[in-house]
Amino acid sequence: MTEPILSLRGVNKSFGPVHVLKDVNLDVHPGQVTALVGDNGAGKSTLIKCIAGIYTPDHGEFKFDGKVVNITGPRDATALGIEIVYQDLALCDNLDIVHNMFLGREVKKGPVLDESAMESLARKTLDSLSVRTVKSIRQTVASLSGGQRQTVAIAKAVLWNSKVVILDEPTAALGVAQTEQVLNLVRRLADNGLGVILISHNINDVFEVADNIAALYLGTMAAQVAKNEVIPRQVIELITTGVSAGVEKAGVK
Amino acid sequence: MSTPTAATEVTETSLKSAAHDYWSKVKAGDIGALPAVLGLLVLCIVFGSMSSVFLTPGNFANLLTQAASVIVIAMGLIFVLLLGEIDLSAGYASGVCGAVLVILITDHGQPWYIALAASIAVGMAMGFGLGTLVARLGIPSFVVTLAAFLGFQGILLILAGEGGTIRVEDETVLAIQNSNLSPALSWAFYIAASVFYVLLGLSRINARRKAGLKAELFKLWLIKTISLVGVSGLAVWALNLERSNNRELVSLKGIPYVVPVILFLLVIGTFVLGRTAFGRHIYAVGGNAEAARRAGINVKNIRIAAFVICSALSAIAGLLFASRQNSISPTTGGSSTLLYAVGAAVIGGTSLFGGKGKMRDAILGGLVVAVIDNGMGLLGYAAGIKFIVTGAVLLVSAGVDAVSRRGSAV
Repeated sequence: MTEPILSLRGVNKSFGPVHVLKDVNLDVHPGQVTALVGDNGAGKSTLIKCIAGIYTPDHGEFKFDGKVVNITGPRDATALGIEIVYQDLALCDNLDIVHNMFLGREVKKGPVLDESAMESLARKTLDSLSVRTVKSIRQTVASLSGGQRQTVAIAKAVLWNSKVVILDEPTAALGVAQTEQVLNLVRRLADNGLGVILISHNINDVFEVADNIAALYLGTMAAQVAKNEVIPRQVIELITTGVSAGVEKAGVK
Repeated sequence: MSTPTAATEVTETSLKSAAHDYWSKVKAGDIGALPAVLGLLVLCIVFGSMSSVFLTPGNFANLLTQAASVIVIAMGLIFVLLLGEIDLSAGYASGVCGAVLVILITDHGQPWYIALAASIAVGMAMGFGLGTLVARLGIPSFVVTLAAFLGFQGILLILAGEGGTIRVEDETVLAIQNSNLSPALSWAFYIAASVFYVLLGLSRINARRKAGLKAELFKLWLIKTISLVGVSGLAVWALNLERSNNRELVSLKGIPYVVPVILFLLVIGTFVLGRTAFGRHIYAVGGNAEAARRAGINVKNIRIAAFVICSALSAIAGLLFASRQNSISPTTGGSSTLLYAVGAAVIGGTSLFGGKGKMRDAILGGLVVAVIDNGMGLLGYAAGIKFIVTGAVLLVSAGVDAVSRRGSAV
């Protein structure tokens, strides 16, 4: 097995008296999709916000690429190559695909935007993800379907040679065909060598695309197991009760 | 940078598919400049056929100088409108800045450039104040600038003195709205501007082709460019005709100085909005402020900057007012000025909902507003009717904006 690209050990986070994350461990391997599952309030969002630098954990160790790192803000996470795709996408409807992908990180020639370079790079990124559903990358995001928007948001995240991409329920609002498209894209991200964290409530999606599954239960990591070692019923048990017969408790190993 | 896949993208689209692309853009809520251009054309034909004076060179020059200040205020407003905000105080801001300019020249004997720099600085300070209140305190821009509308009116009244006017006699200030380039210079300016425009378009198409990207259809570009260069050539020719009623006494011909001033502002504004990261961020904040914030854009600073630019352009409009009226009075920049400027921007195609608009909208819309005002005046309609018609045109434009926006919602 490869060394994890991102490794969390003993991460704790409290908001006042509420202890949201309790000694959470998580490993993300390059080339693999790690599904992060858990019921509402289990701490999934808090955990990914700690990884993305939006929250600073109270204590705990972050290892990135084998080295201990200190993430104190979103810029630290971005600099390491950690990108997050939010559930509500955060795209500007009035801008075209290229503009959105480079928003806030425009390529410039002197003071002037280098549109040609940006368009070529955007096209190359979409090609590398085998995205063929968008007709022109100069159309505004307003004219795209939900699945295409998700595609643009994901392509934006991988544009910057990112190493870890976190996807927050990317299929939550999509129809059947579009969900399939996006899951294929998620798979391709991992096949391209990225470490992918996929947050999902949909056990079918998780089993279709994930390599291993990390289940949070009331702020503790119930288990992180390889997908082929468990069946959906066990994962649901982990989500709802925190234990499942035949699944080793995380951190025991 | 070209990749094999990108290279296959380079396909020349036909005029038909270009028209199809335009139509899908319209359906997506982006109407472009066509309605304003057509409206302008129709208005000119209607007024030209009804009034013998409307299509004379003298009236044409008059129209341009009438429209100038509203156009410049509208240019500033577009920066604010792009964010989905509004600046109701821009009209009186131009009055206050004009008063500062005139007082420094007339009462304090300062040269015009120092006075202009000072009045622009005052404008920027006012814009900074407005922007800070909107961005940092989170007061709706409607309320902040409504308060400023009254406040600036008061400042102007105090500066001008009750019922008083301050005259300006500086030759440079007066020349901007009252004098013209000589016919030879007018043609030289026209040729230089046309060459600049053509080269700019060619270099853009060329750069995209070189990078292996889909370029604008050359035929379409040629049609657009030839018609624009042709129409402006016609305008220069008309302006170069003698338009003085008494040509032994005084000769009046050539492009009014204010035209190059406005074209200069158009080029700068278009460059900033279209070619710089700052401009891109203005569109982004107007489109989705939260997305812009997550992309690392300092949304508050962008908002403040837009208000600063708006008020700075109002200061330049103040100069145009002073030049045209030879003075500043307590009503300078008041009455319908601000609403005409907002109307100009919206009629030109700028959205009141933010995120959509271009610098040229100010000029197209400003001309539409000025043509209605001027044409109806020539036909002898009372001011009341003019206001009603202009208000109706603004309402229709805002309605088109709202409906086209609904069409774009996914």
